[in-house]
Amino acid sequence: MLGYVLRRISIMVPTLLIISIISFVIIQLPPGDYLTSYAAQLRTMGDIVQQEEIDALRQRYGLGQPVYVQYFKWITGILLRGDWGQSMEWQKPVRDLIWERLALTMVLSGVSILVSWFVAIPIGVYSATHQYSIPDYILSIISFVGVGTPGFMLALVIMYVAMTAFGLNVGGLFSQEYLAAPWSWAKVVDMLKHLWIPVLIIALGSTAGSIRTTRANLLDELNKPYVETARAKGLPEGRLVWKYPVRVALNPFFSTVGWSLANLISGETLVSVVLSLQTIGPMMLRALTSQDMYLAGSFLLLLSTMTVLGTLVSDILLAWVDPRIRMEA
Amino acid sequence: MATDQLLLEVKDLKTYFFLEEGTVRAVDGVDMVIRRGQALGVVGESGCGKSVTARSILRIVPRPGRIVQGEITLHRMRESKNGRTVTEAVRLTDLDPMGVEMRSIRGAEIALVPQEPMMSLSPVHTLGNQIIEAIMLHQRVTKAEARERAIHMLDLVGMPRPSRTIDRYPHELSGGMRQRGMIAMALCCHPSLLIADEPTTALDVTTEAQILKLIRGLRQELGMAIMYITHNLGVVAQTTEDVIVMYMGKVVEEADVDSLFHDPKHPYTRALLRSIPRLGQRTRERQRLESIRGSVPDPYALPKGCSFHPRCAQAIRGVCDREEPPYVEVGPAHKVRCVLYC
Amino acid sequence: MATSPEAGSSLPQNDLEVAEELKGEEEKIYVAPPWRLMWWRFRRHRMAVVSAVVLAVFYLVAIFCEFVAPYNPEQFFIKYKMAPPSRIHLRDAEGNWHLPFVYRIERSRDEQTMRSLFVEDTSTRYPIRFLVRGDEYKLLGLFKTNVHLFGLTVSRDEQGIFLLGADRMGRDLFSRLCYGARLSLSIGLVGVFLSLILGVILGGLSGYYGGTLDVIIQRVIELIRTIPSIPLWMALSAALPPDWPVVRVYFGITVILSLIGWTWMARVVRGRFLALREEDFVLAARLVGSSEMRIILRHMVPSFLSYIIASLTIAIPNMILGETGLSFIGLGLRPPAISWGVLLQEAQNVRSLALCPWVLTPALAVIIAVLAFNFVGDGLRDAADPYAR
Ligand SMILES: Nc1ncnc2c1ncn2[C@@H]1O[C@H](COP(=O)(O)OP(=O)(O)OP(=O)(O)O)[C@@H](O)[C@H]1O
Ligand code: SF4
Ligand SMILES: [Mg+2]
Repeated sequence: MLGYVLRRISIMVPTLLIISIISFVIIQLPPGDYLTSYAAQLRTMGDIVQQEEIDALRQRYGLGQPVYVQYFKWITGILLRGDWGQSMEWQKPVRDLIWERLALTMVLSGVSILVSWFVAIPIGVYSATHQYSIPDYILSIISFVGVGTPGFMLALVIMYVAMTAFGLNVGGLFSQEYLAAPWSWAKVVDMLKHLWIPVLIIALGSTAGSIRTTRANLLDELNKPYVETARAKGLPEGRLVWKYPVRVALNPFFSTVGWSLANLISGETLVSVVLSLQTIGPMMLRALTSQDMYLAGSFLLLLSTMTVLGTLVSDILLAWVDPRIRMEA
Repeated sequence: MATDQLLLEVKDLKTYFFLEEGTVRAVDGVDMVIRRGQALGVVGESGCGKSVTARSILRIVPRPGRIVQGEITLHRMRESKNGRTVTEAVRLTDLDPMGVEMRSIRGAEIALVPQEPMMSLSPVHTLGNQIIEAIMLHQRVTKAEARERAIHMLDLVGMPRPSRTIDRYPHELSGGMRQRGMIAMALCCHPSLLIADEPTTALDVTTEAQILKLIRGLRQELGMAIMYITHNLGVVAQTTEDVIVMYMGKVVEEADVDSLFHDPKHPYTRALLRSIPRLGQRTRERQRLESIRGSVPDPYALPKGCSFHPRCAQAIRGVCDREEPPYVEVGPAHKVRCVLYC
Repeated sequence: MATSPEAGSSLPQNDLEVAEELKGEEEKIYVAPPWRLMWWRFRRHRMAVVSAVVLAVFYLVAIFCEFVAPYNPEQFFIKYKMAPPSRIHLRDAEGNWHLPFVYRIERSRDEQTMRSLFVEDTSTRYPIRFLVRGDEYKLLGLFKTNVHLFGLTVSRDEQGIFLLGADRMGRDLFSRLCYGARLSLSIGLVGVFLSLILGVILGGLSGYYGGTLDVIIQRVIELIRTIPSIPLWMALSAALPPDWPVVRVYFGITVILSLIGWTWMARVVRGRFLALREEDFVLAARLVGSSEMRIILRHMVPSFLSYIIASLTIAIPNMILGETGLSFIGLGLRPPAISWGVLLQEAQNVRSLALCPWVLTPALAVIIAVLAFNFVGDGLRDAADPYAR
């Protein structure tokens, strides 16, 4: 098992390296750089921009150098010093900006995925064991609609309803007084109070999807001979279903936990923009539009790293729950 | 061994599957009797309803199937208050299939060895886990005792190194070992009836022979009755004393093995026997094994009259395609469903 | 004992001869061609049939949006900024029945909130007419005409009809929705088409040749999928120069969306190739010496066409959602382009949402389109292979 994990990690390293290159190149793609858009912005505001000044700044940020030199400096900074570069727009080191946002993103995605499983698995099992019953039919329709409704639209609708019906503004993860406050117990409690709406919105899509996969997988398993064997033993039906076919049907969950996490993070980006949550999404959007390249690139790299780690975790989980795979490993 | 005591009676059993395309009459009026310690063979072509009969007895007919008619009665041995064993008749068809009583019979009184050993064990649980579960379900023992018994049972069915194999996952075992495991699981609660549903079809010939030998030996040792389902008449000849032949959900002939093999009456049985290669027979050139003409009819549209008539060489026009033939006795305990013997 | 056990004395099972006598009348089973069988199976999936009709309507609207929309999408009615959807009446204030009509709308201002109020003036009726004359346009880009599906016969300075209300600038939302359908719905098709080409080529190479090529392509696919799709899309579309014309941005976005889409297509194609490569008829074709390309074209492609169509249908909604999301946050299509995502930008602000909730109707259109595609895809998949699940 340990060897398996180590082998997986050794595959991860080159993957991450390539992703870091891709991230950096993508961020470099737009014509011009932060300073050109900065200068353009100043000009529209009527300021006179000195070319020498811009050139000096460009020198300072190293923007004039060839791309590979810039990349090399960036990646060695990350690897050796944990220095993710300088955010030009915020005038701060990137590392001071990202960790809190990343942590909030993780919390949000993690809680959402757990919630979606807790809801989806029992419903999926019920649907499959009561195939073609009226509740199954209704649940299927609901989950279809859930799969088809993108989170950010749901967020819009919920915001509208909360606004008109309850006069509430559901945006944000914190109350006004805690926004800039340092972390404290009270701030955590405040966050938990705000967390449930985004969690509901983000979890909806993946809940619906999970219901459908649980149901489909379980329907396949329910007809397998080993279920009949268990029944022929005299096991009560409920215990039987949960011990055997559900157990097997849930394996794909473990194997896809990495991807579902990636999907969640992906969908969460837009939801966060709508609800203006203090997660990665809105800040990354802003960094992208202002060409704040080190910030945007770091986010892209971090999100991909999270996915890679997620797949690693899911592979380990799968090997842990499925003896057939454990053997191969 | 006393073989005169009744163990299981099946009367006019009908199990139908209600599908969108129509109703499949998988079992269509089956009668049979199994006595204590008797070995009964059930033979017939694929799809004639053998497995569905077995599942009906266990009351685990899968949806959309349902027992629509008939009685199944189990004569169960019980310790009475004064310590004597008495038999008690339980009508299985009256029980809730998922209820407590039926579950206490399933696995304990009647056990099943299924058709496919490869697929019949859960891939994510160890063999031991699955056997111990069966033991603890029906017997009041601790986990450690159950494990002891499971190991003992595995030893009995000839599993190599049972105390280690018990912790193996199914995919680590060969087909023969899995089937031995399945048999151990079926036997672990000492059932009075073992239903073996083609337990060797998925195995190679050598393993098949070993498993058959094992089942014969265990039957001697444990004194249980066996309902042996197969489409292999050779296996029947070796393993059982009595045989029933099924065709399209009905019993068409029943007899003891000797009568059936030496004096088969029903045209279908005869055709079945002719399709078997014989070792003593010299294979001349061009001599082919005879197969039965035609194929099993569409299960949705049973032929009128004798369901075998479209394929029967001796069919009498105007009779066989009109009325259902009666079930007549042609010898001691030898019955046949055919107009030729009226 | 009459038989020997070890001789494999099984009953013949499937190899029973088919007797000549059986070919009676009732035995003549009509064997339908595969596409008809597929159609029969598809028809059984009722939601899929309904959805297919919905999609057909949507695409017709997209194709003939100039005709369906009563007004030019950029036409603004200064008097009707943020006007609510027009109420269509059949019965007037006196209780008399008429053909559908709208009342004249009076605008006034709430003194306290300074908001516009729109009140119906029940003394003036404007009947809704079909095939009315209005703005001139070119149908399908070919025929010059000025006939619109419906509208009012009065000049638009006097009165307008807003089925779904008007936006902040007083533009008719229904007309804009119709025009938006054109971009939003076509982007799915074009994007999926691009993904298909890439996916079939790369997935086909991967599955047919296997070996190193397969490994490389699979690694690339994994790599691309490792980057969360929406952030990747965001980063890529942020790279589109802001001064590009609409058409170029449109294709840029389509390419970006297909960049991830092809990986799914490639997986499907590869899987089918791997399964089919082993099948007898390919071997047979190879034995008689057909060239490799002929094998692929003649034998393998048709047999999994149905799979591809089903997977395509399931991939389209992702594209539509991708465009909508990107345009919504301002990284995709930008005004003056009109797409459902662009229209949704109006809904970004909670306050404007509270004032005119009808700006959310594009979201409804997106959800309906996505659901319909999902149902149709499901139905097609079941029809293509009822045993696939
Ligand atoms: N779950 C089911 N759903 C629908 N029809 C079924 C089902 N199980 C069995 N049948 C039908 O019942 C009939 C009898 O099947 P059964 O499994 O008893 O045959 P069998 O004699 O055991 O054949 P085999 O030798 O192939 O095991 C068949 O025609 C089959 O189509
Ligand atoms: S009843 Fe008639 S058709 Fe049926 S087996 Fe006897 S002879 Fe043949
Ligand atoms: Mg069977």
